[in-house]
Amino acid sequence: MKTLLLGNESVARGLYEAGVRFVSSYPGTPSTEITEFAATYPEIYAEWAPNEKVALEGALGAAIGGGRSFCGMKHVGLNVAADPLFVTAYTGVGAGMVIGVADDPGMHSSQNEQDSRHYAIAAKLPMVEPANSAECRAYTKIAYEISERFDTPVILRLTTRVSHSRSPVEAGERVEREIAPYVKEPGKHVMMPANAKKRHVVVEEHLAALAEYAETTELNTVEENGTPVGIITAGNCYNYAKEAFGKNASYLKLGLLNPLPKKLIEDFAAKHERLIVIEELDPVIENHCRALGLKVTGKDVLPLCDEYSEELLRSRLLGIEPDYAEVGAAIPARPPVLCPGCPHRGVFYTLAKLKLRVSGDIGCYTLGAVPPLSAIDSVYCMGASISSLHGTAKVRGEEDRYVAVIGDSTFMHSGLTGLVNVVYNGGNTTTLILDNSITGMTGHQDNPLTGKTLKGDPAPNLSLEDICASLGVAREHIRAVDPNNLEELEKIVKEEVGASCPSVVICRRPCALLKSVKKNPPIQVDWDKCVGCKNCMKIGCPCISVTGKKATIDQSMCVGCGLCEQMCRFGAL
Amino acid sequence: MKKNIMIVGVGGQGTLLASKILGRAAMDSGLDVKVSEVHGMSQRGGSVVTYVRVGDEVYSPVIGKGDADVILSFEILEAARWLPHLKPGGTIVTSTQEINPMPVITGAAEYPAGLAEDMKALGVDVRAYDAPAIAAEAGSARASNVALIGLAADVLGFDLDVLRAAVAACVPQKALDVNLRAFDSAIGYAAKG
Repeated sequence: MKTLLLGNESVARGLYEAGVRFVSSYPGTPSTEITEFAATYPEIYAEWAPNEKVALEGALGAAIGGGRSFCGMKHVGLNVAADPLFVTAYTGVGAGMVIGVADDPGMHSSQNEQDSRHYAIAAKLPMVEPANSAECRAYTKIAYEISERFDTPVILRLTTRVSHSRSPVEAGERVEREIAPYVKEPGKHVMMPANAKKRHVVVEEHLAALAEYAETTELNTVEENGTPVGIITAGNCYNYAKEAFGKNASYLKLGLLNPLPKKLIEDFAAKHERLIVIEELDPVIENHCRALGLKVTGKDVLPLCDEYSEELLRSRLLGIEPDYAEVGAAIPARPPVLCPGCPHRGVFYTLAKLKLRVSGDIGCYTLGAVPPLSAIDSVYCMGASISSLHGTAKVRGEEDRYVAVIGDSTFMHSGLTGLVNVVYNGGNTTTLILDNSITGMTGHQDNPLTGKTLKGDPAPNLSLEDICASLGVAREHIRAVDPNNLEELEKIVKEEVGASCPSVVICRRPCALLKSVKKNPPIQVDWDKCVGCKNCMKIGCPCISVTGKKATIDQSMCVGCGLCEQMCRFGAL
Repeated sequence: MKKNIMIVGVGGQGTLLASKILGRAAMDSGLDVKVSEVHGMSQRGGSVVTYVRVGDEVYSPVIGKGDADVILSFEILEAARWLPHLKPGGTIVTSTQEINPMPVITGAAEYPAGLAEDMKALGVDVRAYDAPAIAAEAGSARASNVALIGLAADVLGFDLDVLRAAVAACVPQKALDVNLRAFDSAIGYAAKG
């Protein structure tokens, strides 16, 4: 019986049925749910690691240890895990190992839209790409077969629209697998030059064997409709192509994205006058076709940026424009904002008020950049807040004009080494760690500071204060404050920014969405006292609006955090 | 049966549950279906869109401009924002609820008035209801997402019994009665025109 499953959920189902024993990941939209669903199976050990590098190394160790393993991440997470990724082709695996990476064409929730297919090519790893939920489950299982047959990890590539769409899936049964006995093979696992030299030759042999496999694998399918147009495509783009062209084209749908087949493509090309390569982001398949000497339509007509759609293909390839209506009035944008009661709100209000420049980081608190708070100067990648500010300060001085702002999970991910650098290399910067007791933006996951694991078991209580002290920050310059106490927060930030040594201010208050957080009664406005000065609006809370000349607070949204009360000089709140 | 349905609203309004109900109705009708959602922005008050595509063979998970048979909207500004995705002859079933986005709250932009009338003036089939009020009358304003489905039942294309059973299967079971009352009440309301 078929059920409607999310793409990510189907991958987890595939992991379960493939007898996977070990999953280690770091949250990252749109990949997070794979690991969350995997954790619901008692047969699978699943954990959140502090970052993707640790996760991938754990998965490698598990596979070498004889148990099938998986690690999941978003595309930029693969950048973090790239170091071990490149070595895994050389070491091979014991039991099968699959690395799941979810790209985000259209950047629904990412800082770039990089194309992870390049990683498969550069790291010399096979890559499979499903196009719907049923394939997510099936291709995951096939990936483990490929991994063990060719002794190499396999990358499972997803994109947002496959990960986060639901389509029908027929589930199967789990096949339990024995843990293989351990065999000492330093030639395979100790990657010093003498050994690595020999292993590179083996890597190229694997790739050659995989190239042969690519010609006949069930992952690559041809739908011959006897048409002049032949479309070469993969993943979700296959879906858009089918909607736009239907029976007016023939299709070579690639499920194995590295290595790409040669003869299969050449045979397909010979049957069709016009070849069109339809792929989001970079011309990976297209360049391969051109290298085979084939003439194809691709990025000369289709864009390099953004996600595709049936509408785009109809427009660019068939010259068909949609027929639609739109209202004349200007429709205001509706950007995401910090939630009512969010503990980050007071922090950014204070930093902007003190006219400090903010080196920001990745998380819910990135929304501190949105008007009216508009408090952040830069956000690059996980952990860059601390390390980039150190560089800026070394060049400009002005440590009293800047702070770095980083979340609790982001700090454990890649902020520790940045803070060590500040201490070790004589920096004087101030780092604000926003500890809201959760990994928030990705949908509330636990992390090493929350005291709980992915499976819900208790974890040792790590102390941020102790960690920062161990990294060399002087205890008297490690402060902790409730960020909703604006007066106290401002005082402490001023003191530490003025100190001429590294300092840390831990802004500690749980995320307002956590079930354990008690909501207070909504704040009421006393219209006799309210003069309509709009000072309360400066904190950018979505509950507050000024209609006519008085403030109103949406009683259904307000959680009574009390921040606006501190903003009112007239006692109206 | 072939339908492209968009569910639009503001993060936190319950659009995801509505999409689950329709997805379930499609499966129970023996049809192919794809439901596409965007996570992450949902609880931060941003604009959220879910696509539900139903048919004998469905490939794409998204709906482009001029391609939606029905837009189910939980908030009227969002209905106007996504109007370009409605096909000529399609129907918008929208709640009249207004939620100010941040640019309006800060005074950087204005919330346009008369959106339902503007859309009707363009010749669009717009049915606007106070969905939270209809749901509240039936027992709880929080069942307004189910009420909206009931208000749109005649254009969604599903067999009414199948749709009702999908509602029953997908809502939190402790709120089953109030949700079914909201659904039935909405069907009656829409029938009255």
